[in-house]
Amino acid sequence: MSSSASQSGRAGAARKRWQWRPLLATTPMALTAIGIFVVCVVYSVVLAFTRTKRFPTFDFVGFDQFGRLWHTSRWLASVENLLIFGVLFIAICLLVGFLLAVLMDQKVRMESAFRTVFLYPYAMSFVVTGLVWQWMLEPSLGIQNEVRSWGWSSFSFAPLTDPDFAIYGVIIAAAWQSSGLIMALMLAGLRGIDSDIWKAARVDGIPTWQTYLFIVLPMMRPVVVTSVVLLGASVVKVYDLIVAQTGGGPGISTEVPAKFVIDYITERGNAGQGMAAATMMLLPILLLVGPWVYNEYVRRGARP
Amino acid sequence: MAKIDGMTHSSLIGRAAVTPRSVSPRVRRRSTAAVAVRATAVVETQVDEGTAEALATAALQQLGQTDSVQPKPASRRRTQQRYGRLGIYGFLLLSALFFAIPLYVMIITSMKGMPEIRLGQLFSLPGDPTFAAWIKAWSQACTGVTCEGIQAGFFNSIKITLPSVALSILIGSINGYALSFWRFRGANLLFGILVFGAFVPYQVVIYPMIIGFREVGLYGTLTSIILVHTMFGMPIMTLLFRNYFASLPSELFKAARIDGAGFWQIFLQIMLPLAVPIIIVAVILQTTNIWNDYLLGLIFAGSDNLPMTVQLNNIVTTTYGVREYNVNMAATMLTAAVPLAVYLLSGKYFVRGIASGAVKG
Amino acid sequence: MTHLSTAARADNPYSVAIRDLDLDFDGVRVLRSLNLNIHKGEFLVLLGSSGCGKSTLLNCIAGLLDITDGQILINDRDVTWEEPKDRDIAMVFQSYALYPQMTVEKNLSFALKVAGVNKEEIQRRVSKAAEMLHLTPLLQRKPAALSGGQRQRVAIGRALVRDVDVFLFDEPLSNLDAKLRTELRVEIKRLHQQLNNTMIYVTHDQIEALTLADRIAIMKEGVIQQLDTPQTIYNKPVNRFVAGFIGSPGMNFLQGQLQLQDSQPWFIADSALAGLSVPLTHYPFCADLTGSKAVELGVRPEHVVVGEAATALPVCQEVGVEIVEPMGSDTLAWTRLAGQAFSFRTDTELNLKPGDRLLIGFDPARASCFDARSGERI
Repeated sequence: MSSSASQSGRAGAARKRWQWRPLLATTPMALTAIGIFVVCVVYSVVLAFTRTKRFPTFDFVGFDQFGRLWHTSRWLASVENLLIFGVLFIAICLLVGFLLAVLMDQKVRMESAFRTVFLYPYAMSFVVTGLVWQWMLEPSLGIQNEVRSWGWSSFSFAPLTDPDFAIYGVIIAAAWQSSGLIMALMLAGLRGIDSDIWKAARVDGIPTWQTYLFIVLPMMRPVVVTSVVLLGASVVKVYDLIVAQTGGGPGISTEVPAKFVIDYITERGNAGQGMAAATMMLLPILLLVGPWVYNEYVRRGARP
Repeated sequence: MAKIDGMTHSSLIGRAAVTPRSVSPRVRRRSTAAVAVRATAVVETQVDEGTAEALATAALQQLGQTDSVQPKPASRRRTQQRYGRLGIYGFLLLSALFFAIPLYVMIITSMKGMPEIRLGQLFSLPGDPTFAAWIKAWSQACTGVTCEGIQAGFFNSIKITLPSVALSILIGSINGYALSFWRFRGANLLFGILVFGAFVPYQVVIYPMIIGFREVGLYGTLTSIILVHTMFGMPIMTLLFRNYFASLPSELFKAARIDGAGFWQIFLQIMLPLAVPIIIVAVILQTTNIWNDYLLGLIFAGSDNLPMTVQLNNIVTTTYGVREYNVNMAATMLTAAVPLAVYLLSGKYFVRGIASGAVKG
Repeated sequence: MTHLSTAARADNPYSVAIRDLDLDFDGVRVLRSLNLNIHKGEFLVLLGSSGCGKSTLLNCIAGLLDITDGQILINDRDVTWEEPKDRDIAMVFQSYALYPQMTVEKNLSFALKVAGVNKEEIQRRVSKAAEMLHLTPLLQRKPAALSGGQRQRVAIGRALVRDVDVFLFDEPLSNLDAKLRTELRVEIKRLHQQLNNTMIYVTHDQIEALTLADRIAIMKEGVIQQLDTPQTIYNKPVNRFVAGFIGSPGMNFLQGQLQLQDSQPWFIADSALAGLSVPLTHYPFCADLTGSKAVELGVRPEHVVVGEAATALPVCQEVGVEIVEPMGSDTLAWTRLAGQAFSFRTDTELNLKPGDRLLIGFDPARASCFDARSGERI
């Protein structure tokens, strides 16, 4: 190669082109990302270690708030409810969603009509869902009464009035609202599978149900993961549904952490305790979502 | 049909000894390619396409019902098939019934009078349909201290939703565009934080936000609730637009730069006109999300601007004397009407929206 | 590698000069200390397989990628950190990159509007470019309503209207089918002869490279392997990689030893069975020979002579045909020479069949000899 080239030096390398327009344009994003999702989160966690009541103080009390939290029966009930609700809600949604998607995938007539019916609950507010199901499950005028009037006088289905079963009433409502979403995601996943797979399975003589279960379902892992992540995120956030359907009752039988936090920072005026609870809510998200986000978006670079 | 049957038989006989296991290596190799397909990005096209797959599936159906090696008489197969189809439709119809009943109950209850409701016949059609409950819900029901119905909430929700949707889409599209085409320092980190933010429960950040808004004197104003919706909508909007712009050929951007267009010229003249489909998705997604919000409206909107969802809950919980279920259900229907209308009108865009915007949860 | 001396450069400045260019991508060095000088009006082709850095280099010249180190000069002006639009370049992309929402006319005029050129001038330049590329009847159509060939002509037109000195082509024909590709190739060549602009053209297709280029730069792993006229690259490849890359069907490589016998160089093929000794007396060696070493002797299939005429050549052997591949205009036949696979081109008229025996020969002076270890030409 020509040796005369390097003589004029390499002064240029130092001054990179300065891209100030994209930086300026994304200022709102930077402010939100840092202001809300870093500063506010950190601030909340810090307050969890203080004596803060209605207004923030920086009177640090160590882990006292957490100690008290884990001795509060309402918090313990909230966590237990969240676990029951989370496991059952996710399981039901996945099961119903996958089943419906597979059936819809059988080249049924009026597919779009079915899809419209399965999915419309997802368009509605959790408040609406909660109120409808509160009405449907009303003991003296709802489903229980209706079935009894058909002649089955011992029929009993009024979960919302029974502290042991109220949370299951909430699960029915939540699953009613979200199963359609999973159906739509799974159906899209099924349609996205290479049609050669079906040909290969057919040539090899594998029954349809086995193909779905052993070949197609494992291939849909990304869709299943997406579904679980989505449902999981909505489990942690569940608030409006409880407020509308049961108000946390009867007693504290349907309390959830999200409602615990809101009640403590508003009505109860004990934000320190509320922030300790919020920190506990953040923990699983941080552990589960943090590494995934880092891997997916930060380390790998801007372009997928 | 008959032709396919014949084919199926011969292939079945020929392949009788093949076990499911033998297909797996082939399957596995293809699966890597399939995994690379992002569930989020491809939904819309897949839902409506795929006659070839459907054909394969239809053919497979028949296979599914004939596990045994021996070819059966065609008539018996066809009978089995018919039962199979019947089962599928039966199950789907039952499921549809389960999903549809609450809406049905909501509508008929809202059109009954209280005496009829007290008869306790949940599913029976109203004997004397009336819209009295709707009128009461709209203009007279008590939402707390005042008894002016849910109409104030309706207009509040509109005042909140319109600017929030516009602002969040504007900012989200700029973010997505900047992130997709312009590499700048710290972009990945910022975006990572933002995506993480999509998963952070509101409860974790709400108290500091209340304090912050109170400090600047915005707490409990229309401005604050619009800002809050814009900020909480930013992760999903940014993700939506970033993925969309990233799917456009980067050569388009390069060509525009060679042609001398700058940051805003490329955005406004080249990219935004191309983003119309995703803007529609974003409008649908944000309209339903913001309209359906309860918590943020309750906390940030202030008592003068409480959105419809909050008013609705107040109507139901504020009871003087008898609970008026017909009014409650009418108010519920009124609140659900806007997102339901958006859903029914938007069709596949809604599906695409929830799939790509699914992160919001 | 450049032909011009430093003195000659003053009165013939380069159109594009790249000096010691380095480019890192996520910590990986994609281009390393690359130097390249392109003359005014030259048609230079960057040729290589995918991932060799040729498109990356083009993007650097265009200013679409920030380089890590080095300098880029266009028309003797340092443009290393200039915006693409200020570099006096235009670019044509593989995927055409037409703005889908704009008509052909708007696509063509977009750059000029952005630059604030007045209406009459835009009108004049657009209609001139449209005429040159036979696009006039298509001006009001949108890209979606055009065929692949028409789209690429619009893309070329978009470069044309900018009236710049340097055209960059990034695999412009790769998305087209074979017939269109040939047509458009001729059109591009005609365009170059009319305009006499500098053109830098990236491709992986050696036919495009050989037919279009004044000079070809063959790249591999971010390094230019050889920069020369198509003829020289074809006849005197500098290393084993270039020799294997250029030419279709590919060059034969015979493994063996280079030995001095009675101060005459000989190539002795590695073989367990039949021996093959090739006298290299007339071979144009690059350097003086010292001792024997392992080498590969490269012989192009089209340089092999068949039949009685072969007896006149320094190397001549009778061989048996194993496989015959008719290719229309001629036939490629496979045999073994000194136990190693060897192909040669023959006339289709010969009507060869597997098992036939015939005489083949070649002239070692036209062959290429490479160091088996380094791959460099000897």
